[in-house]
Amino acid sequence: MKIFQQSFRSFVLAILVILPTTIFANIAEGDGGRVSTKQEVEGYILHHLKDSHDFNLFSYTDDSGERKHVGFPLPVILWSSEGLVTFMSSEFHHDDNGEVIVEKNGLKFTKIHSKIYELEKGATAVNFDADHHATNGTKLLDFSITKSVVGILLIGLLMLFWFSRLANQYKKKQIPTGFGRVLEPLVLYVRDEISRPNVGEKHYRKFTGYLLTVFFFIWILNMAGLTPLGFNVTGQLAVTACLAIFTLVIYTISGNKDYWMHILWMPGVPIFVKPILAVIELVGAFIIKPFSLLVRLFANISAGHIVLMSLIAIMFTLKDSLGVAGATGLSFVLSFFLLLIELLVAFLQAYIFTMLSALFIGMAVAEHDHGHDLERETADVEDVRGDFI
Amino acid sequence: MYNLIGAGLIVIGAGIGLGQIGGKAMEGIARQPEAAGKIQTAMIIVAALLEGLAFGALFLGK
Repeated sequence: MKIFQQSFRSFVLAILVILPTTIFANIAEGDGGRVSTKQEVEGYILHHLKDSHDFNLFSYTDDSGERKHVGFPLPVILWSSEGLVTFMSSEFHHDDNGEVIVEKNGLKFTKIHSKIYELEKGATAVNFDADHHATNGTKLLDFSITKSVVGILLIGLLMLFWFSRLANQYKKKQIPTGFGRVLEPLVLYVRDEISRPNVGEKHYRKFTGYLLTVFFFIWILNMAGLTPLGFNVTGQLAVTACLAIFTLVIYTISGNKDYWMHILWMPGVPIFVKPILAVIELVGAFIIKPFSLLVRLFANISAGHIVLMSLIAIMFTLKDSLGVAGATGLSFVLSFFLLLIELLVAFLQAYIFTMLSALFIGMAVAEHDHGHDLERETADVEDVRGDFI
Repeated sequence: MYNLIGAGLIVIGAGIGLGQIGGKAMEGIARQPEAAGKIQTAMIIVAALLEGLAFGALFLGK
């Protein structure tokens, strides 16, 4: 009976999480006639892909033609030319084109395309050059608690709560209760299917903690990106680059003698090939591996968000040719199935990132006990021949 | 304009590659169904490497 109740509760929770994704469409609500629908949709998509300084849930235009925003402001923390400056993002009044200028400590700040600029002394407005870049403002070191940072902190706290509770449950009995039952098989999956075979039986315990953290961090954030909260955390280059650098540092630090030998002075090849291989291996280890990790995650998640928002925008762009009901129906069906695919992609990308991290770490810690001497290699060949005979 | 043509070429190349990977993996699984798990893992890794390459090229050409 208790299990039934719990599964019912989980079901309701799942419905509550999945349903609002269809209401996501509200975000793309147009305010008719001002600019063409296509441009406006493009603007919304580009705006969504970027990080923002305030947490905007949705916005609409009321009957008197005034733009209303629903959400809450976040703190802006800047390191300006005269030290630390803090204020709330509501002081920009949702302006993103450098029209509103905030004065703090005698300095003037303005926000253009999600970037905050400090205006030069004496300037009263932003001057733009032909490419719409500010000419009299300088970019700042921006430590603001942006929407992405809120997402990371939120998911971090949630993971801390879930996993510390799961760990504590094992002190009392062998079987976890509640949400821990969902997490336990996933933890075991990452340990037994990703970490153990790829890192190697001898060293996997040391690295499983990192792999588990990365896996759940990416997966939960990917799924948070599919909710109408509109997080796009794993679609930020800064976030994926940071994760890739973690992996780079870990496999560089834990690399053993054999690993560095294989990079710098490859055994078993003619001597004049060795320097060429060393260059290729160095570029591969320090540039290509982390770059492929960071670009893959970033591009997959960004592409998913762009396609999803474009499909939702169908109800506005095809409204005239298909009618309101037809366009809405088409958009609903397409975006529903794309959301299902995106759920798969969210898991697959977390899996691939973790898997490749494990593989790279495994390459760095693998012990080549078989050696590279000729005797041993001929012995190996005979072994193989023996198998066939 | 040229970067769109480039993007098309990248997608053609990546598509051929992914088709090869997927097709060969399926042949392998059909031949030896008990090795499906191992083949799948290897397939996903190779597909991920290919995808990284393709996305890298698309990203540089943007």
